[in-house]
Amino acid sequence: MFGRKRKLDDFTSEIEAHIQLEIERLREQGLSEDEARATARRSFGNVMQTEERFYESGRWLAWGHLSQDARYALRMLRKSPGFTAVAILTIALGIGATTAIFSVVDATLLHPLPYRQPEQLVSIRADLPGAGAQDVGMSEPEWQDLQRSGIFEYVSPTWFDENNLTGSSQPARVRILIVAPNYFALLGVKTQLGRAFNPQDHSPGLILEVVISDGLWKRAFGSDPHVLDKSVRLDSDLYRIVGVMPPGFDSPGRTAEERDIEVWAATSFYGTPLPDNPPRNSRFLPTAVARLKPGLTTAQAQSRVNTLVASLQKQFPGDYPLQSAWSLRLVPLQERVVGNVRQSLILLFGGVALVLLIGCVNVANLQLARSSARGREMAVRQALGAARTRLTRQLLTESMLLSLLGGIAGLLVLLCTKQSLLRLLPENFPRLSDVSISWSVLLFALVSSLVTGAIFGLAPALHAGRLDLTHALKEAARGSTGSGEQTRTRRILVITEFALSVVMMIAAGLLLRSFWDLQNVRLGFSPQNVMAVRTRLPSPNDPRNDLYSNAAQETPFLREVLRRTRTLPGVEEVAIGDTASIPLDQGLRELKVISEGQFLMTVEGRDTQGDLPSVVERSSVTPDYFHLLGIPLLRGRFFGELDDDKATQVAVINEAFARTYWPSQDPLGRRFKRNRVDSPWITVVGIIANARTESLAEADVPQIYLSLYQSASRRLAIFLRGHLDAAAISTQVSAQVQSVDPTLPLSGAQTLNETVSASLAERRFSMEMTALFALTALLLAGLGIYGVISYMVSQRTHEIGIRIALGADRKNILRMVLRQGLGLAIAGAAVGLAGALIVSHLMAGLLYGVQPTDPLTFAGVAFLLIGVALLACYIPARHAIRVDALIALRHE
Amino acid sequence: MSTQDAKERLELLQGTLDLLILRTLIFGSQHGQGIARAIQQTSQEELLVEHGALYPALQRLEERGWISAKWGVSSNNRKARFYSLTPAGRKQLVKETNKWNRLTGAIARILGSEAAEG
Repeated sequence: MFGRKRKLDDFTSEIEAHIQLEIERLREQGLSEDEARATARRSFGNVMQTEERFYESGRWLAWGHLSQDARYALRMLRKSPGFTAVAILTIALGIGATTAIFSVVDATLLHPLPYRQPEQLVSIRADLPGAGAQDVGMSEPEWQDLQRSGIFEYVSPTWFDENNLTGSSQPARVRILIVAPNYFALLGVKTQLGRAFNPQDHSPGLILEVVISDGLWKRAFGSDPHVLDKSVRLDSDLYRIVGVMPPGFDSPGRTAEERDIEVWAATSFYGTPLPDNPPRNSRFLPTAVARLKPGLTTAQAQSRVNTLVASLQKQFPGDYPLQSAWSLRLVPLQERVVGNVRQSLILLFGGVALVLLIGCVNVANLQLARSSARGREMAVRQALGAARTRLTRQLLTESMLLSLLGGIAGLLVLLCTKQSLLRLLPENFPRLSDVSISWSVLLFALVSSLVTGAIFGLAPALHAGRLDLTHALKEAARGSTGSGEQTRTRRILVITEFALSVVMMIAAGLLLRSFWDLQNVRLGFSPQNVMAVRTRLPSPNDPRNDLYSNAAQETPFLREVLRRTRTLPGVEEVAIGDTASIPLDQGLRELKVISEGQFLMTVEGRDTQGDLPSVVERSSVTPDYFHLLGIPLLRGRFFGELDDDKATQVAVINEAFARTYWPSQDPLGRRFKRNRVDSPWITVVGIIANARTESLAEADVPQIYLSLYQSASRRLAIFLRGHLDAAAISTQVSAQVQSVDPTLPLSGAQTLNETVSASLAERRFSMEMTALFALTALLLAGLGIYGVISYMVSQRTHEIGIRIALGADRKNILRMVLRQGLGLAIAGAAVGLAGALIVSHLMAGLLYGVQPTDPLTFAGVAFLLIGVALLACYIPARHAIRVDALIALRHE
Repeated sequence: MSTQDAKERLELLQGTLDLLILRTLIFGSQHGQGIARAIQQTSQEELLVEHGALYPALQRLEERGWISAKWGVSSNNRKARFYSLTPAGRKQLVKETNKWNRLTGAIARILGSEAAEG
């Protein structure tokens, strides 16, 4: 029958039956038992041969060969445990590391976001390229225009906030996302309990309903199935819980904070507490997600959005001045979520694949050395009639087996260390929770094991197939092994290895230099002994309940907090600023999740700014902020206690701002204002030195500071300098703050050194990983060259012995051996440098302060590698000069 | 039957064993030894069938789906594997028989004409 394999047993018993039948027939004809048996056997012919023919006819043969080869390979591997251990270890390292990185690549770059038809989801970003501003946010009328444009099925602005939640078992600070009522319909997700918002709802103000996350439901409500009847208070407002999202649902976002939303509230973004008719140029909606109409590609949608933008600009020239060049950008949501780590991940994956490749080359080298030692065995087997293809297949099976064992070992190690490996990733890494050893990761490990085995097994296997019998047998008898061709192959392998490690080392070197430069950059402020603790003032929906609606109401609170915290033990200085004033904070503002910390301005005496950006970074701070951070005053004055809501609005600017806007004039006393109706003029009273508080990588970002007493903010950071007890400070500060207002939650106590260090987390991660891979590569390459040279020396022991016997200088011999190694290293380095030039240009975006062609890194790496090569050759070279002429000759 | 008998018998031409097996099975299912006997008897002991060669051929035919096999009990109560013709095998037999007839006819014509000339 087709496909069904018949067992040999069955076949044998059939033959047995045949012979029995034949014997019986012959007996009937009158033959004796013995005669009958003999005749039956004779007329059947060779039973064994028949069985063999049956065996060879089926797939049994291939399977038999394979299992025979595998058994033989296992035996051979057991016989040389040293080689086996080294090979398996190398492969395990390579496959384990590659699979680890792949699991991250798989989760972040390859897996679509877990929403309905995620390819139709986009993030809408608004830019003012003319004013040098990106992600400026959106206004409510603009949202309505997009909704009606026919390009999108749904558009929902999202607005991140933190809130104090009461009404559950315990008061808690929760992350809340304010969205349009269509948000869940847009993502195409369903609640596990209750319902989502009604997507058609367009009532004014906040809809007094919330959807909560599975986590909050479990944590705060003990998975109460009747939670839907309950109400919770967010700040001071009462909301009804209408739905619970299923476990594992995350809002789309780059960081854990953005994703891990606990409460969703909905509004149509007009009506108290928001303006009833929000103006077109008030871009208070930080960002938006949208679902494209079915069938539209992002590119098609983008071109229709461009048309819409052009017509809006014509319709409202006052709101969209031509020089600011307002534009809307559609970014696929996946790109928005993982876009910033793509380059690092690709670099890492490339790096780890290179390490694997170098590992392959090393194992291939070991195999070759071994196969030349086994040259005699191969030759004898061939002489005895083994087919060449069969020998090649045998060796390939051995390699495959090795790499599979290595792959399994690597995978096991990976599974055991998964948790600690995940901790190596920066906390803010996108889709971190999706990283897992999935089927596709397992498949990847399997395939890469097999490919690895094929790569490192091919060269030795082909060599075995091409063995010159007479030569091999003769050579083997003489005790020297290996053909010229084999030596050539091994040299090429070592050169490849060196070239690959040069590429790795240069990539690592460039990243290291970038990181070093960034870490040692002159900050311009002093983060030592400074801690920041955050709090947030409540903003109730009803303005009548708002205790902090303006600066006049907020200032007494700020002064009282300052007064009380100043008395805490160890505290020398205290200041308060908005969250934008925390230096190098990788916060939500940076991610453009909340719109704060920037504004669009007009400078007095200029109608248009020409090429100058009119969006600037701004923070609001109390007077002692600058002194506390050690930012020096260049001219004018800092803020004073009198710069409050009753006085004229004042600003302190940095040097970069002064040089950008008043290059040839004295900025003191000059005025600018915010581009909003009724915004007052702000007078410059002081100029401070540039400090890298916005970005470590950029030296002179124009910045303005406003007095917190004049320009209030609800998101506050309390800065404390002194010899602080980091563990206790958070509770101490919160006790003091809550004695002023008991409802205020405190969070995020961090030293500024931690903040600075956290801002480098992603760079540190890719730098460390690349450096680790590069070191491994260097080590492997060193081992490789050591192997080749010591093999060469052992091969030439005889020759060296003769030379020494004939009176050759031992120094010459040393030089000869080293020259061999050096030649390989230089060839490898040359090829590697060329490759590194390509790679370093590809990773230019990850560099800081160093050119992709940095001569120091290139030369340094080349010399380092050649040094390692010399060192690796020196050990066998010393063996060479110690060759005892007598012994070497007797070796014959 | 003795060894001498066997030496005088005709060896089978390549590829004809399949045809003979199929033809033998047209009378009903039969086990291997039975097929061997049948071929020898029908050919009036002219053909030499090495029994050992029969089984790989049976295996091949079975794999092609021209015959099917089932373990059963022989007339003298021995376990044996019985082969029978499948519909596909029947078609194949017709095809092969035609081919064979054309072949032998052609060869006979050639040999016949030579004989006439000679």
